[in-house]
Amino acid sequence: MLRDTSTLTGRLMKQILRSPDTIITVAITPIAIFLLFRYVFGGAIETGGANYTNYLLPGILLITIASSVAYTALRIFNDTSKGITARLGTMPISRSAVLWSHVLTSLVSNAVTAVLVVGIAFAMGFRPEASVLDWLAALGVLTLFTLALTWMSVIPGLTATTMEGAGAFSYPLIFLPFLSSAFAPTESMPGPVRWFAENQPVTSVVETLRALFEGRPAGDEIWVALAWIAGVGGLCYVLALRTYRRKV
Amino acid sequence: MPSPASAPAIDVVGLRKSFGDNEVLKGVTFDVGRGEIFALLGSNGAGKTTTVNICSTLLRPDAGTASLSGHDVVARPEEVRRAISLTGQFAAVDEVLTGRENLELIARLRRVPGPRTVATGLLAQFGLTDAADRRAATYSGGMKRRLDIAMSLVGSPEIIFLDEPTTGLDPEARIEVWRTVKGLASSGTTILLTTQYLEEAEQLADRIAILHGGTIIANGTLSELKTMFPPAKVEYVEKQPTLEEIFLAIIGTKEAN
Repeated sequence: MLRDTSTLTGRLMKQILRSPDTIITVAITPIAIFLLFRYVFGGAIETGGANYTNYLLPGILLITIASSVAYTALRIFNDTSKGITARLGTMPISRSAVLWSHVLTSLVSNAVTAVLVVGIAFAMGFRPEASVLDWLAALGVLTLFTLALTWMSVIPGLTATTMEGAGAFSYPLIFLPFLSSAFAPTESMPGPVRWFAENQPVTSVVETLRALFEGRPAGDEIWVALAWIAGVGGLCYVLALRTYRRKV
Repeated sequence: MPSPASAPAIDVVGLRKSFGDNEVLKGVTFDVGRGEIFALLGSNGAGKTTTVNICSTLLRPDAGTASLSGHDVVARPEEVRRAISLTGQFAAVDEVLTGRENLELIARLRRVPGPRTVATGLLAQFGLTDAADRRAATYSGGMKRRLDIAMSLVGSPEIIFLDEPTTGLDPEARIEVWRTVKGLASSGTTILLTTQYLEEAEQLADRIAILHGGTIIANGTLSELKTMFPPAKVEYVEKQPTLEEIFLAIIGTKEAN
């Protein structure tokens, strides 16, 4: 299985290396939002004295991941509509290697984009106070978050009937951080919006990353975040495998 | 149970499959001998692809059995996958990779020793040597289809499925693919081919089965099938001249004057 997965991941990495513009395209919108909030709206948002670049980065990273996994859905859709998924399904290879190769490719390309975004954040005044352990914890949370959203992207990738349909699931995911504490404290929001913002998964992930970057204890927030990620990710994993078995 | 060595290459008995209320296969039975080229002829939606998908382990039948090289598709899909290769309705090539890379990818996945040598051989066999290091996206429809068929031959599977191999190709590319398939016949590979075109079945197949309304309504060699149908009738039909004929007639009269 490992050998099949690495052969198939090699194929997908070649695809990405030959069109590196996809990595840039993925990062452009989140970086534009980053700049917009930092230098246009940021002055009017009261976050209680914190460095606003530090405040923004977690949400921007989540938006980057959400727009990047759309490309995983597109790659799977492309393979499926061209008959490549069917061809691999009739070959004597590991059944799970086909999907895992797409998931690993997503992790690698997300890592590259994340490094790009964090680099830009430093240039904009991101000043973390995280210890090595905090950095590792943040990396772990981001990896698990990417894994969960990637397994989610497998489902539309396999079932969509059009290219646009395959990527559409990512729009609400990209929008979700705006309805969280990613850009402004939830205390400033009216009742129902505030309730939604405080109880949706993005807020707990954002708060966890923010605490880790600033070297503060993440408290219970990290467990809430991990529970959301494990729940959503686990459900998507099971559904993705079921969809794959039904289709192939 | 027959031993795998003596079993027919493909043995399909009473295959049934429905999608919701739509009963596509209503008991399909046929067998294909080793080294035979067998054409499943039928119109769009007759169930040709459904039959191929069941035989290639992509779909489970509702009832009936399909054995490939003596292995049951439901009970032993792994053994079936080792014996077969599917060339689906669309050329399943990775367009970002070159022709050579596509072939080497399949060779690695099939654990064929010397992927590079295998690729070089197949590229030459399919007239793709000059295009070997170009991305498949730049290939013509006929070249993509040839590469697609070449990918199915990596590792020399016993049985090859060709699902509508020439649908969507221009006449020139169609003849190219026919030549390729005829070449395979001499190598002893068993081929199950589906097509909507009687001419294609006539050109390529040793035996033809007609799939209609979810069952096989006729099965035999071309000459056997011909005896089952009414003899050719001669009819006289008044024929309108084509524009070309009119043009030539006018030119002709002018020059005669």
